[in-house]
Amino acid sequence: MSTFLAQVFSGLVTGGVYASLALALVMIYQATHHVNFAQGEMAMFSTYLAWSLIHAGLPYWLAFALTVLISFVGGVVIERVIIRPVENAPVLSVVVVFIGLLVIFNSLAGWIYTYTIKSFPSPFPSQPLSGFEYISPHGIGAICVTLFVLVLLYAFFRFTPLGLAMRAAAQSPASARLVGIRVGWMLALGWGLAAAIGAVAGMMVAPIVYLDPNMMSGVLLYAFAAALLGGIDSPGGAVVGGFIVGVLENLVGAYVIGNDLKLSLALVLIVGVLVVKPAGLFGRTLVTRV
Amino acid sequence: MKLKQIITPAALAIGVVLASAPAFAAKHYGPGVTDSEIKIGQCMPYSGPASAYGEFGKAHEAYFKMINDHGGINGRKVDLISLDDGYSPPKTVEQTRKLVEQDNVLLIFGSLGTPTNSAVHKYLNAKKVPQLFVATGATKWGDPKHFPWTMGWQPSYQQEGRIYAADILKNHPHAKIGVLYQNDDYGKDYLKGLVDGLGAKAKTMIVKEVSYETSEPTIDSQIVALKGSGADVFVNITTPKFAAQAIRQAYDIGWKPVQYLNNVSNSIGAVLKPAGLEKSVGIISSTYYKDAADPQWANDPGMIKFKEWMKKYLPNGDPSDNFNVIGYAQAETMEHVLKACGNDLTRANIMKQAAHIKNLELGLLLPGLKVNTTPTDFFPLGQLQLEKFDGKEWKLIGSVMGK
Amino acid sequence: MKTETTASAAKAKFLGPRLAGWVALAIVACALPFLVSGYHTFQLTLVLVYSIALLGLNMLTGYNGQISLGHGAFYALGAYTAAILMNSLDVPYWATLPASAAICLVAGFLFGLPALRLEGLYLALATFALGVTMPPLLKYRHFDALTGGSQGIVIIKPDPPFGLPISQDQWLYFFTLVIVVALFALARNLLRGRVGRALVAIRDHPVAAEAMGVNSAMYKSMTFGVSAMYTGIAGALGAIAVQFVAPDSFDIFLSISFLVGSVIGGISSIAGAVFGGAFIVFVPNIANQISKAAPWAIYGVFLIGFMYLMPGGIVAFLHIAAERIKRRMRKSSS
Repeated sequence: MSTFLAQVFSGLVTGGVYASLALALVMIYQATHHVNFAQGEMAMFSTYLAWSLIHAGLPYWLAFALTVLISFVGGVVIERVIIRPVENAPVLSVVVVFIGLLVIFNSLAGWIYTYTIKSFPSPFPSQPLSGFEYISPHGIGAICVTLFVLVLLYAFFRFTPLGLAMRAAAQSPASARLVGIRVGWMLALGWGLAAAIGAVAGMMVAPIVYLDPNMMSGVLLYAFAAALLGGIDSPGGAVVGGFIVGVLENLVGAYVIGNDLKLSLALVLIVGVLVVKPAGLFGRTLVTRV
Repeated sequence: MKLKQIITPAALAIGVVLASAPAFAAKHYGPGVTDSEIKIGQCMPYSGPASAYGEFGKAHEAYFKMINDHGGINGRKVDLISLDDGYSPPKTVEQTRKLVEQDNVLLIFGSLGTPTNSAVHKYLNAKKVPQLFVATGATKWGDPKHFPWTMGWQPSYQQEGRIYAADILKNHPHAKIGVLYQNDDYGKDYLKGLVDGLGAKAKTMIVKEVSYETSEPTIDSQIVALKGSGADVFVNITTPKFAAQAIRQAYDIGWKPVQYLNNVSNSIGAVLKPAGLEKSVGIISSTYYKDAADPQWANDPGMIKFKEWMKKYLPNGDPSDNFNVIGYAQAETMEHVLKACGNDLTRANIMKQAAHIKNLELGLLLPGLKVNTTPTDFFPLGQLQLEKFDGKEWKLIGSVMGK
Repeated sequence: MKTETTASAAKAKFLGPRLAGWVALAIVACALPFLVSGYHTFQLTLVLVYSIALLGLNMLTGYNGQISLGHGAFYALGAYTAAILMNSLDVPYWATLPASAAICLVAGFLFGLPALRLEGLYLALATFALGVTMPPLLKYRHFDALTGGSQGIVIIKPDPPFGLPISQDQWLYFFTLVIVVALFALARNLLRGRVGRALVAIRDHPVAAEAMGVNSAMYKSMTFGVSAMYTGIAGALGAIAVQFVAPDSFDIFLSISFLVGSVIGGISSIAGAVFGGAFIVFVPNIANQISKAAPWAIYGVFLIGFMYLMPGGIVAFLHIAAERIKRRMRKSSS
């Protein structure tokens, strides 16, 4: 029983990892109606920036804040400079640009920082809470941070005029322009926020999985699955999806089919859910007029 | 009479010397060799899932740069052409063919990876191109009868697995063994060595075998499963990133088995420090070289030379990462073979010299370990010594094992 | 009378240069392996192999609008079918092609059926899952006896038949070339006719297409099947050319490379597949020569640059360029 609980909690921690990156994916989807495949690598690069700052002597929270800020600006710049020229290109061409970004960030990180793994500090205490050894304080902390970001995101989209403007710009750019929304800058803002969320995700993940250029490549797949499982337009769904994927993967691996095929089975199950509920668990089914 | 008796043999002797003098100075060159240059090639995973191992290639390049700065080998500069194959066998085939057929390299040195080297194994032997000091521990590279142009370098994974099995049988005969292994040829090769070494007892002693893919972000779940199986001996067959995760996770969830760590991942700087030095106390591993972050070698002349080389030729590299140590030692072995060829730099002679390495001592090998090959033994390094981590350094235990 | 002669004259004028173009291409294609080294012939063979794979993807994603991020799985399936047949059953290399084709056709069709319910991103995820699943499946220990596990399977390169005085590389090139011509001709017939129109209709206006009587479900599943078949044949040819299959060569990055190649070549075109194949074989090498330290960064820059310059792919770009040239010639002549 205790092993079962341990697997569940371990799954929640990894699920939190997936959820945080899934949030960044949802963010960028809500703002631009594109899934940015380079999100993971951007998050990894931001984490390396944080590492450089910490190694230069800055205290953790200052480096954290600076990294989030730099990532935000970086996201905006990337959208305005690199994505803007292909804004009106076919979807798949934009996907190729994302893949180009992915490969560039990964290669640059490997070149600048080498592939030796680096430790990344955690702001949370390292001693396990007394008696509760199933989950480390960092694990709990990371999950809390993810939930906090989720709440902020939800509030932003639901209750602020800026959030509303962003959603409008993504859903119907032409109409949004007519109402006076500067669609271009909404897209840039969306990218900036997604990059910032990605940076937070990276800094929460790195203490668990160690920092190296390939840190996020595995996570991206799970985050993608989690975001779609929960419904790509639902931040809450993405987080729930992340936790489900994390726990499901652990339980499938430990009790059902062994580690060899656990990824395959988990994905089959997710796709099965999507076949039954094509918009995801919490997504809104789009009804289009013909 | 007497004078004639002296002169004739003398004349004969001088005649013989004069006749063979050209042979002494004669230069026999294979492809890629000139009076001033030797071209060698390799494929490395500079990109892709195994990009961590690209560090070997960087170390090789830096080593030959140092050699060239000191005049090269027998007056010839070594030009190492190192190409990226992304750990993808089709790409390895393409790049290796380019090296052999277009760049005309003399030999292939230290290419990394078992599937990648397997893909060009037959090709290189058919073309009679030396495939030297292959950078993987698979057992198949030491088969001179069927593949006379291929040679490995490091002690094989299976041998290491057997050594751990022997130690377990000796010191923990009633152990319940849990194994974590990477789900590829490297992990499975180690596992085979372990199982073979345990013999009939393998079935009863190994209570849990768990694998992982390199695409997985963490292996925490696997450690939890191993703890839950009740194992009290943990055989940790993982690559550095996952080894660090495994060591830390085992400690954090309160699982304290006797841990055997494979020597691909026993670097103090690259694995144990990130995992936590205090969490790594008691881990048993094996080695054939000196750990770059181990204080006991701080004043060792070979290590000092290595550290100076790192500062000058690989300033961006991590001086505590043992990948650089191994790369350095591999390149040093290659240098020795090339030097031994003198002016006869044909592929046939390269293989001949490579198959006759006698008691070569390298600055970074453990004291007492030597590189040895014979025409029937294509495993240059076949010795290992067990070591135990005490929180600061690897304390060598037992004696040197193997040939 | 007059209109007929002018019409036939116009046709001749139209066919003349076009036919000449095709003949020239054929001559170049046949001469190349004798002009370049064995290594380059091998590379050209790979270009042909990948162009078949990309043609399969173009059919599915370009013409029919069903995105696939997992075509590497069908490539792997074809490759392993060929490898296992040649290795364990001593099947001659040319006979593995129909076998791979059949197996992948069925596999693709079976995957296409549940995929009918999925669209856009969700289909992307499902195909992504397929692509990611392939290596672990191939490494699954219970299949080891069949697949050789992580060690892979070594294949023997076929010799030219009838004792022809050409090298193995050259024979394999011509063999692949003939297959390419046959498969491309077949695709052209399919896609330029009723089937092609139905696929495009389903892609652009699915509801209208259904209303017009196009059996969307059947077409979509069949397209998946045929697309998988093409990529499977490519996989078999690729395995024979490389002489080795191993599970980790068929990872998700292969699927992504296919998509990248398709888009860069021109995803809704047949000729685009060849350009795409050339791109994924040659551009990484070019990137490697430009920068030893971070070659994939250069590759990424190439990707982005191509998309800026040619968002519709190389073929679309060439069409636009050709149109511009034609217009300028007409302007200057008038």
